[in-house]
Amino acid sequence: MPAASTSSQSLSVASAAPIEHTPYTRLVILCVAFLNGFAIMSIELLGGRVLAPYFGSSVHVWGSIITVFMLSLSLGYLWGGRLSLRRPGPRVYASFFVLAAVLCLPIIFLADAVMTTIFVAVEDPRYGSLLTAMLLYFLPICVMGMVSPYSVRLLVSSKEHSGGVAGMLYFVSTLGSALGTLGTSFYFVLWFDINTVMWGCVAALLLCACAVMLTCRSPAPESDAGAMAATSEVSP
Amino acid sequence: MKKAAMIPGAMAVAVLMFAMTMTPTHAQREIIHEERSQYRDVVVTEFNGQRCMLFNVHRGDMNQTCMDLRDPKRLVFNYTKMSFAGLLLNPEPRRILVAGLGGGTIPMAMRDLFPEATIDVLEVDQAVMNVAEEFFGFREDDAMTAHIVDARVFIKRAGLRGEQYDYIVLDAFSGEYIPEHLLSKEFLEEVRAILTPDGVVVANTFSSSRLYDYESVTYQAVFGEFYNFKLPGSGNRLILATREGLPPPGELRSPARELYDALEPYGVNLLEYPPRLTTRPDWDTSTRILTDQYSPANLLN
Repeated sequence: MPAASTSSQSLSVASAAPIEHTPYTRLVILCVAFLNGFAIMSIELLGGRVLAPYFGSSVHVWGSIITVFMLSLSLGYLWGGRLSLRRPGPRVYASFFVLAAVLCLPIIFLADAVMTTIFVAVEDPRYGSLLTAMLLYFLPICVMGMVSPYSVRLLVSSKEHSGGVAGMLYFVSTLGSALGTLGTSFYFVLWFDINTVMWGCVAALLLCACAVMLTCRSPAPESDAGAMAATSEVSP
Repeated sequence: MKKAAMIPGAMAVAVLMFAMTMTPTHAQREIIHEERSQYRDVVVTEFNGQRCMLFNVHRGDMNQTCMDLRDPKRLVFNYTKMSFAGLLLNPEPRRILVAGLGGGTIPMAMRDLFPEATIDVLEVDQAVMNVAEEFFGFREDDAMTAHIVDARVFIKRAGLRGEQYDYIVLDAFSGEYIPEHLLSKEFLEEVRAILTPDGVVVANTFSSSRLYDYESVTYQAVFGEFYNFKLPGSGNRLILATREGLPPPGELRSPARELYDALEPYGVNLLEYPPRLTTRPDWDTSTRILTDQYSPANLLN
């Protein structure tokens, strides 16, 4: 149980929130969490269309995509939560969005090359689609998964409110996912090319990074010491 | 008192249960088999001397394929008969590819007509294959193979291997969900790449929706001018396309005469087909072409 004791320790040491809280910053964090959830599901739905020309649209292709997305998110949650233990602040938070945006670019530029290679190398479209989904989507979706627990950490200012804050965060990000699914499947694919929607997601992620950098500020440097102590225990 | 009260209640339940078994669907057609599928369950029904394969019976979907039990050779559906119009452009196919098995009527008829031909049949759903074999008399043989595979995947691989076919039937569109990756320009280019110079593509398409325009311009973009084929009284539209340009309509009459006798037992009147083929566009030519990047077919249907 070292991780659990550490997290409560770091909460108690850095009892104040890792950013200066104004209603404005809360709103920004909730908005970027919403957009993040929106982009995740938008990219997932487009994923089916990206893979279909090489692996078909059989049920196992969707199986591959959903598996990879769930796996990426689960590890993203884990690592995002761990990262929030060490000196949580707006810079790292904003960097998640920049990193996710950059990691989405191979989906636009390299998908065909990656799939051509895998198509030739792997006969079975089940494993071909699984491998492709892993190569194209694991990293960006993992980073996007890190946003959620980190957002909770930035919003929480006291243990008593942590459940409420987490609930609110899940609410907005999952609502974003619901609307991202709906918007993409009902409208975006009718209006735009797949890559245009992908560029929209990249732009939205970069916008999130800018919004965070412009509105969220670290308060006092005193929380550093506690966070550093926590870090040393957490690292495996 | 209590017992007496229960008797009418039990009778009412019995009457109700009896009434439920007599609902119209059961009275009209008898379900003789249900096959569980990864995609949607496949149901076999018999009614009025016809055995049919259906998907999504609960929503009252149309029959996918039917067989006349008194004359199994005779084709039941118009679009199935119409698909043989491709023989007007290539009367002696040697390598045949059929995307979409259904009950196997098209490949079985092709097997009868051209015993020397090699036939590959593509079907994504193993359950459809099982039902076709068990209830519709579909049989593989040395030269006819059914592949459980997505048509796009098979055709892309065939292209990489440099294989070619001289008769390709695209009939993979059935049921509720349209496989959008089988409508795009890129897919049709892959189809064109495995077509021999004298080969023909016969595509069963969507005729009664906005998709008509989209499909037409996409085929036009890949194959150039093609024969548009409709029969009065039938809701279907078939596209006949070739790799190297179309023979003039006048040249279609002699293969029609030559093949008429062979096709008559299938209920195909090939002689009435040539005058129905036209290259005149009756669609909006300014429609956007469907591509892998843009193929919202299910939203356009």
